[in-house]
Amino acid sequence: MSTLVPSGRSRPGDAGGPSDAAGPSGDGGPSGTAPGATGAPLGSLPPVSRAGRARFAISDAWALALRVLLYYRHSPGLIVASLLAPLTMLLIFGYIFGSAIRVPGDAGYREYLMPGLFTLIAANGIMPSMTGAARDAGRGVTDRLRTMPISRSAALFGQTVADLVVSAAVLAMLLGLGLALGWRAHDGLSRAAAGVALLLLFRFVTNWIGVGLGLAIGREDTAAQLSVLVFPLAMVTNVFVPTDGMPAWLRVIAEWNPISAVAAAARHLFGNEVPGTAAVAWPLAHPVAAALAWSALLLAVFIPLAVRAFATHGR
Amino acid sequence: MSPPASPPHHPAIEVRGIHKRFGDTLALSDLDLVVPTGTVCGLLGPNGAGKTTAVRILATLTRPDAGRAHVAGFDVVRHPDEVRRRIGFAGQHAAVEEGITGRENLRLIGRLHHLGARGARRRADELLERFGLLDAADRLVRAYSGGMRRRLDVIASLVVRPAVLFLDEPTTGLDPRSRNDIWTIVRELVSEGTTVLLTTQYLDEADRLADDIAVLDHGRLIAAGSPAELKAAIGTRVEVTLADADQLGAAAAVLAALTGGEPVRDEPERRIVAVSDPGRPVALPGLVRDLDAAGVQALDVALGHPSLDDVFLALTGRAASDGPAAGLGLAAAAVAP
Repeated sequence: MSTLVPSGRSRPGDAGGPSDAAGPSGDGGPSGTAPGATGAPLGSLPPVSRAGRARFAISDAWALALRVLLYYRHSPGLIVASLLAPLTMLLIFGYIFGSAIRVPGDAGYREYLMPGLFTLIAANGIMPSMTGAARDAGRGVTDRLRTMPISRSAALFGQTVADLVVSAAVLAMLLGLGLALGWRAHDGLSRAAAGVALLLLFRFVTNWIGVGLGLAIGREDTAAQLSVLVFPLAMVTNVFVPTDGMPAWLRVIAEWNPISAVAAAARHLFGNEVPGTAAVAWPLAHPVAAALAWSALLLAVFIPLAVRAFATHGR
Repeated sequence: MSPPASPPHHPAIEVRGIHKRFGDTLALSDLDLVVPTGTVCGLLGPNGAGKTTAVRILATLTRPDAGRAHVAGFDVVRHPDEVRRRIGFAGQHAAVEEGITGRENLRLIGRLHHLGARGARRRADELLERFGLLDAADRLVRAYSGGMRRRLDVIASLVVRPAVLFLDEPTTGLDPRSRNDIWTIVRELVSEGTTVLLTTQYLDEADRLADDIAVLDHGRLIAAGSPAELKAAIGTRVEVTLADADQLGAAAAVLAALTGGEPVRDEPERRIVAVSDPGRPVALPGLVRDLDAAGVQALDVALGHPSLDDVFLALTGRAASDGPAAGLGLAAAAVAP
């Protein structure tokens, strides 16, 4: 005798039941109390409506965001650690190399450097997301989540949004430090806010790149080794020095590097630009448009890639 | 398109002709399996036999290349979300977040099962108390022992009392006490109506927990039945301990002729074990006479019921401890060649 037969009232196929053919991210889930709580026959669950699924997607994303936030709450040292890279760069470039670097214009090198360091924080989103996603995949957490009736995209959105919250705090600290050291945004509060928003958008982009790559790699140690490659990616840019003086071939790469567009856009919005010399490539001539276009393009590629990698992990 | 209503009397798990290939490796070949509701099925086999692949397909993680599988009445490929609402899954890793506490882990799972913040909190407290993790509840999982981590992982799969629970080698690498804890959890669940499919390399685990055992080897189901049935399907277990290890060869010849089975030697223990073919009675006087005739000096001769190890040996032609999965089973050392 089966005790799993759903009663007529709650038969899953009744009246507008959910259809997992309806969308890529079908969200099941008991809409009432858990069967464990009511003593109803196991497996006898009411169908989930479309509205219920949308609600669940949001609560799934929130639950997984909470997981990341709790993680940081227990390890606040990680937030401090993520400040270390930009601080080291500030010391090395701002005060050691910077003492010998001259940039065009009246403003000093550190004025030029600070938006670059803010951009570095945004670009560094790849590393923690990649190792985190690879760790989840390698340790079976991804599998556990995939056996639960949660939305595939909501699961990843929760994590990337939570990282964004933490990054905003890190960026705020670095902004505060910059202000203390004499860096200023010269073009008013609204343009400065737009600059911060753009940086956070790019951090969101690099989070998704990291999640996609991390799930594809699937091993924490491999991901950790690969994350070293992010460093040269951030170096072949205008983050530390203008591209004008680079050899032509390197200059092309640097100027079409999305990170350069974001750094240039940040300088543009904060009013920290230095007068350009020779003609620059289109992305640096139109930095805000270029940064937005790069962000849109990368999100359009990496969000589906990451969701797909999650849904088919180990299939 | 709505998912079909569950058929009125479906078994908890029903697998028909599942094939799965990874590259050149045939992971599962024409697998059929039926697990009645409220029972424990033990999936037994050496590493690489296809146990994990089978569980992953049933838990909607992997897609079969061919064949159909229903879990709790729903097709795992066509209606994975309906299946996911009704199953618990604990894979080979302890899939818990190490950087947060045990309590937070369980609450997270509760939220993901849509119990709501308060419901998730209450359920986490219940489970922690019931399964004796209250003392460690607010410590980071990173600080847990392997056994506690595993226990938390299994408990995490019970946050919403699942109709069907999949456990992939739930006790591998655990100390005897932790194994007992997990076994207790499984028994309690089954008494409440949950159907359990567990994979194991430990024959005694299957023997103690499972109502039915399915033996997999190289992706094929080679035997299925209750432990008693499987043991009855093979004949008598013959064990001879010799005075001199040099006579193992001679003794093997006698046992092979007598039982029709392939004797397994244990050199250091000077012991040899064989299991007779079904329906081929072995009597003690005949055994002693034949050994004597062959000039074999036996210290101890024993006839007995076969263990699951012997079943495995008879079915696969090798001890469960052969191959990559070393150190299997209770009596593995006794039958190791």
